[in-house]
Amino acid sequence: MRGAKSAKWVAGAAIIALAATACGGGDSDDNGKAASTEKGKPAGYVSIDVGEPQKPLIPADTNESLGSYVIQSLFTQLLDFDAEGNIVYTNAESVKSTDNKTWTVKLKAGWKFHDGTPVTSESYIKAWNWYANTKNAQQNAFWFEDIKGYADVHPEKGDPKATEMSGLKAVDDTTFTIELNNPVPYYEYKLGYATFAPLPEVFYKDTKAFGQAPVGNGPYIFEKWDHKKLIQVKANPDYQGPNKAKNKGVLFKNYATVEAAYQDLLSGNLDMIRQVGPKDLPKYKQDLGDRAIDQPYAAIQSLVPTFYSKTFKGIDPKVIQGLSMAIDRDTITKTVLNGTRKPATSFTPPGVAGNQDLGTDVFKFDPAKAKQLVKDGGGVPGNKVFIQYNADGGHKEWVTAVCESIRNSTGVDCVPDAKPDFQTDLEARDNDQVKSMYRGGWVADYPLNVNFMRELYGTTAEANNGRFSDKEVDAAFKKGDNAATLDESIKAYQEAEKLVLAKMPAIPLWEYKTNGGYSKSVDNVTVDFHGDYNITDVTVAK
Amino acid sequence: MGRYVARRLLQMIPVFLGSTALVFAMMYALPGDPVRALAGEQSVDPTQIAEMKKELGLDLPLWHQYWNYLVNLFQGDFGTQIASGRPVADIISESFPITVRLALFAFIFTVVVGISMGVFAGLKADTLRDRGLLVLTLLLISVPSFVLGFLGQYFFAFQLGWVEPNVSIEANSNELILPAVVLGSLSLAYVARLTRTSVAENLRSDYMRTAVAKGLPRRRVIGVHLMRNSMIPVVTFLGTDLGALLGGAVVTEGIFNVKGVGSAVFDALRHREGATVVGIVTLIVVVYLVASLVVDLLYAVLDPRIRYA
Repeated sequence: MRGAKSAKWVAGAAIIALAATACGGGDSDDNGKAASTEKGKPAGYVSIDVGEPQKPLIPADTNESLGSYVIQSLFTQLLDFDAEGNIVYTNAESVKSTDNKTWTVKLKAGWKFHDGTPVTSESYIKAWNWYANTKNAQQNAFWFEDIKGYADVHPEKGDPKATEMSGLKAVDDTTFTIELNNPVPYYEYKLGYATFAPLPEVFYKDTKAFGQAPVGNGPYIFEKWDHKKLIQVKANPDYQGPNKAKNKGVLFKNYATVEAAYQDLLSGNLDMIRQVGPKDLPKYKQDLGDRAIDQPYAAIQSLVPTFYSKTFKGIDPKVIQGLSMAIDRDTITKTVLNGTRKPATSFTPPGVAGNQDLGTDVFKFDPAKAKQLVKDGGGVPGNKVFIQYNADGGHKEWVTAVCESIRNSTGVDCVPDAKPDFQTDLEARDNDQVKSMYRGGWVADYPLNVNFMRELYGTTAEANNGRFSDKEVDAAFKKGDNAATLDESIKAYQEAEKLVLAKMPAIPLWEYKTNGGYSKSVDNVTVDFHGDYNITDVTVAK
Repeated sequence: MGRYVARRLLQMIPVFLGSTALVFAMMYALPGDPVRALAGEQSVDPTQIAEMKKELGLDLPLWHQYWNYLVNLFQGDFGTQIASGRPVADIISESFPITVRLALFAFIFTVVVGISMGVFAGLKADTLRDRGLLVLTLLLISVPSFVLGFLGQYFFAFQLGWVEPNVSIEANSNELILPAVVLGSLSLAYVARLTRTSVAENLRSDYMRTAVAKGLPRRRVIGVHLMRNSMIPVVTFLGTDLGALLGGAVVTEGIFNVKGVGSAVFDALRHREGATVVGIVTLIVVVYLVASLVVDLLYAVLDPRIRYA
């Protein structure tokens, strides 16, 4: 009652205030408008809340999701994936290999960059060499490390010895070969990552200017970048790929908060929202009806023990399995996370090839067995674990709940260890200063189980910040890498996953979901395996 | 007077240097490496990070970085953002105008509405309308601005449909009214209360009685004799308030999606963009300094007994 009263009071005050400044309000459109009333949006365009990309728009320098959205619309790589994670050839006619070591790429003929220059083998080779070069300090340079000669352009220390990787050779204008250091049966999948985009000649003249106004070969042509406000692209009429734009263009709009974006979605000033904020989650399905999106994608969140810490040094994996069973994933995802996650059942999310039912109860909540396993494994040293997380990412609530769950079921004390932001969190991970566990998250770069195994738990893997190292697991991964075919490789990695389950380099918690929605003014909004919208498919409602 | 102004302007130099050095040191002391953070969950090789840092001058000791920053600043160069590679000057020139507009609107709203409400109540102290004002301002002071912002959005955008919930990219002036009202309402409450007390007190003073006894028209008694003397505490508050409005817009800008200083500074802090934070904070410091100088000069206008040598 009191709340309602004061609300009226405040509203009253604000009305007085508005009247006092002699401005009774702006335009009053009729409510429930079907068509978009969005200001500054050209007809036929669709809009989406995508914030300011962190870096200039160069394919190999972007690995965060905001920049990737724009890069994906402007550039087309050799191939892409459909919703099931199957390969769809875009710029490539075919990618073939007989020994998994030398891959032959045939490009579709007649493709052009937005400035009219043709897309040739050279466009790819030159770009990849540039990306991989240490001198150019590209974020995703390591993606080219499989290619023969990578060490020459990107040595571990010092200046590069060469500017070209010896593994890349043009056969003719539309054919080139990629020779790898070692056979990689699933290499084709990697080529679908946005980093492998080609570049036009104009890029090399002024890379800085290019980063602000890129010229791609993709379904959309860059129009303008109004920093921190919006990026506008228009449909490429000459595009020949299978993902030709079905709308006339896209506005990638930057919002200060997810709440603000949601409000604009409701009032018809925005067509698509990528993620509904916690405040609106409980009611967004009611607000949007069948225009609400609630769909899992290929990403997984886990707790990663650090094997250098006092807690987990030389630990019996049983203890970690016990901790895993102590977590009530069902309840936490339903209540604390508002149903925005789906409890994990393996180390890989569905939507990647090779995802399997491990037939284990390690991911099921069972307090009695959890306690027993921890005890059998010799207990947790100090009887206390810490979970490190970044406080700026909305993780506090579930970390607290997970801790509560562990404490209640096993009697092991669990303390959330907050770092103020992601930077600080990463620094502690890099410097091996995590007290016992950290919150890890991984989104598929390519839809294969390999991406969730090798990249995370291999001894020398880039993202293995838990410093997990196990000879058997490494050997199992190697077996998968040396397999003769893709299928065998996936199978070998499935075997490796069973081994991983026995060693527990991480505790998978849940799979991410896209909880977004769209307005009445657009149709055909679908989500890909990354959890991103397939922008090119979106149509404007009539 | 001229000498006083000159002296005050000179005093700004050490304040300016001190504040930039302080903010610079604070940014430096924060944990988290902006270059490393660009890679996110994927780790990158240390040589590449070292290379980038060297290029940006981030490998130098703090004093050296600060020196370089100052030298560049005096050549009109605010530095470059680490991630986006854009000049900080661009970021500032994009974000400042809109926040200045928002703050000015809020300021005008505060001055006009706050002072009128204060005078309105102060002239009849301890009556019903005075009590009403006290309750209303108490409410405004105690309700946090984000609550007020969301309420405003809810009523005016969704229930009444008078305005759009968010400020659009063009940021037309009529869209800024609601955020400005929300932003200014806290100061409005203070201004109204200060004015009310000051007016109520001065009503009882000797010169007021004299003015009334002289038979001056009521408009002149209140407009000149009463107002001029009652404005001194209010002007003091308003002077510092202008700076506070600029800096305090973070929350309001967030709610109404205004792409101003607030969001720029918040982003920069989150990404550890030292140069951007220092640049914006420096400008806010300058606004504070100028505003307080103007306030001090206004004292002399309001009360001729106060003179500056």
